[in-house]
Amino acid sequence: MWRDGVLVAGKDLRIEVRSRVVLHQVVPVGVLMLVLFAFALGPATAPMVAAAPGLFWVAVLFTGVLAVQRSAALEGGDGTRDGVRLSGLDPAGVFLGKTAAVTVQLVVLEVVLCAGVVLFYGAHVRSLGTLVASSAAGTVGLAAAGTLYGALAAGLRVRETLLPLLFLPVAAPVLVAGTKAWQSALGTSGVGADDPWLRLLLVFAVVYLALGVVIFGPLQEAP
Amino acid sequence: MSIAPPPPPWSGRRRRTVDVIGAAAVLGVAVTVWLGLWVTPPDQHLHDEVRLVYVHPPIAWVALYLAFGLAALSSVLWLWPRTRSGAWDRLAVASMEVGTVFTALTLVTGSIWGRATWGVWWAWDARLTSTALLLVLQLGYLAVRRVPADHEARARRSAVVALVAAVDVPIVHFSVDWWTTLHQGGTITNPNLSPTIHGAMAWTLLLGFVAFTLLFVWLLLVRYRVVVLAEWREDTELALALHERWAEGAPRAEPVAVPREGTVPAPPAGVGATESVGPAARG
Repeated sequence: MWRDGVLVAGKDLRIEVRSRVVLHQVVPVGVLMLVLFAFALGPATAPMVAAAPGLFWVAVLFTGVLAVQRSAALEGGDGTRDGVRLSGLDPAGVFLGKTAAVTVQLVVLEVVLCAGVVLFYGAHVRSLGTLVASSAAGTVGLAAAGTLYGALAAGLRVRETLLPLLFLPVAAPVLVAGTKAWQSALGTSGVGADDPWLRLLLVFAVVYLALGVVIFGPLQEAP
Repeated sequence: MSIAPPPPPWSGRRRRTVDVIGAAAVLGVAVTVWLGLWVTPPDQHLHDEVRLVYVHPPIAWVALYLAFGLAALSSVLWLWPRTRSGAWDRLAVASMEVGTVFTALTLVTGSIWGRATWGVWWAWDARLTSTALLLVLQLGYLAVRRVPADHEARARRSAVVALVAAVDVPIVHFSVDWWTTLHQGGTITNPNLSPTIHGAMAWTLLLGFVAFTLLFVWLLLVRYRVVVLAEWREDTELALALHERWAEGAPRAEPVAVPREGTVPAPPAGVGATESVGPAARG
């Protein structure tokens, strides 16, 4: 399973390094969202600083949909899904590999967005540990749930519209918990109540990773 | 090619059972409304607004626990190879669809109650928000359900969506504790295990739970029946359309021409007699 996961993650990341679709198209959309949020809330910086944690996670969620769609589209070519099924790779390994590749891409996106939040909104990072831990847990959860739904919507003619409808409500706890954790990390909430939210993010990530490992096999069998 | 006969309608005892459940449900809801509006006294603090307690919690119980739980359980049983059966898939979609209506009603009655007690139609209360999310998840399930596919592919996708969405239900349940909330805690199942309402109010509330549960069961059975018929229609649509085309091409004075004798039996009575022909006939 793990070996297959590494193979699939390497394959997806290699395609991304060569095509740079996420880097050249998805990441700029995320930055654009930060700018558009500033247009909606600015030009005073105070509202932007207060809303920065939530805006960051909203941007991650929506650009995450694009990253997940791209990840699922890699197997969208003629017969590619059948090829993966016939390759003898463990479905759980395929799921973990694709989740890992999406996680790496989202981490790159989040680093850029975090820099954007600091530069554009004037936010200050008070607790780097909380910031990194909550972002990591939230990103793994988003990638796992996204990969699961991406595989489910793959091959359907309505996948572009179906995926956000399925994925965004499920990802809502990540938005809530991630925002609360970031409020503590950026010091905008003034309380250090980050522990329950970090735990919620971890539980979310573990639950959806486990679900994906169990369900991805039967899901791949759907024509 | 042969045209399968339509599934038999509810017959004899089964039909009577469904009718009895339906009648009991309608009667139960009617008596609940009568008791709730005219017989039970107003509350000391909430006055007449307390009467929503006979409707809102029973509807919420059906929506959040019974319907969604049944849909999730049926989905798991479909996904499990040993218990896989089309019946579980049909039960899941029937339960989810009826449950979606009850979830919407939960939000509507909750919103009306919120207006009466909190002064606002909508508060960003944890349970309200989670229930709204659940409604969107259920709509997502129904959207997946409407994607054209063969029975097995659709059942597989739907079962996965239901299962993944089921993870949201514990969040609904525990959100009262997780987030600061305006919503009141349990009335019947409070930690002391002693109901905080008494007499006619408690009995009316209990009747409300029974009546709305019966209403759910009745709607579930009727919807299940519609799913069976819809699947039969999907399976035989092409054969029926082809049969109609062949019938149109046959000489008027002669009986219906059949290309190869015995391969296409006559359609069941009342089916295939329509003049409209779907696009499938042209394929």
